Amino acid sequence: MITVEFLGPIQKPVLHMEASTLHDVARVLKEDPQMGQWIESCAVAVNDTLVSSLDTVLQEGDKVSLLPPVCGG
Amino acid sequence: MLELCDGPLNVPEILTRWYIQESQSNYGAYIPFVGTVRAEDGIEGLSFDVYEPILHSWFDAWVAEVAPLGATLKMAHSRGDVLVHESSYIAAVFSPKRRVALETIEQFVEDFKASAPIWKYDLINGERIYARERSTAIVGAGLLGGKS
Repeated sequence: MITVEFLGPIQKPVLHMEASTLHDVARVLKEDPQMGQWIESCAVAVNDTLVSSLDTVLQEGDKVSLLPPVCGG
Repeated sequence: MLELCDGPLNVPEILTRWYIQESQSNYGAYIPFVGTVRAEDGIEGLSFDVYEPILHSWFDAWVAEVAPLGATLKMAHSRGDVLVHESSYIAAVFSPKRRVALETIEQFVEDFKASAPIWKYDLINGERIYARERSTAIVGAGLLGGKS
């Protein structure tokens, strides 16, 4: 089981799911109508490190974070 | 040094404290950038969410990058509400000579705007409204949608 958290303005509670790679997470979130406006603009981190491949392997207890467009300052 | 503060920053206190901290470090240049909330579009202020784990790793990577240049970085940012004419952001570079500090402050602040995991909201009529049109997608965004 992994957790998926949605940061900043994405008003969505943490998800818990079975996933072995980010492909599995993508498959679930693409079917979620709440994610429609966010999925193309979010960066992804696994255990607080940004990642760039859907082939990223996930382990039991991993945390996947979705980071929408940013604007500090 | 990375400082996060609930509400507006005490700019004179922070700038003075950083100046004193480095006063014996033999730096020839201290260049701070201060971001202040302007009155525009009827906002009462801005509000910020900060994701601290990735902000700290992003900042630590910058500190490591400028260390070989003999420079050091300091940054302070607000969490929560910051009203018009208050300040939410300070970045500063210390370096032996001015050129490194001038170039680093520009690169650092630009990368901060594009990469630091902080989300900005306009405060209008007491509501927090995500400033989506002024926000920038982090490099690599869209991975789950099949863009990358």
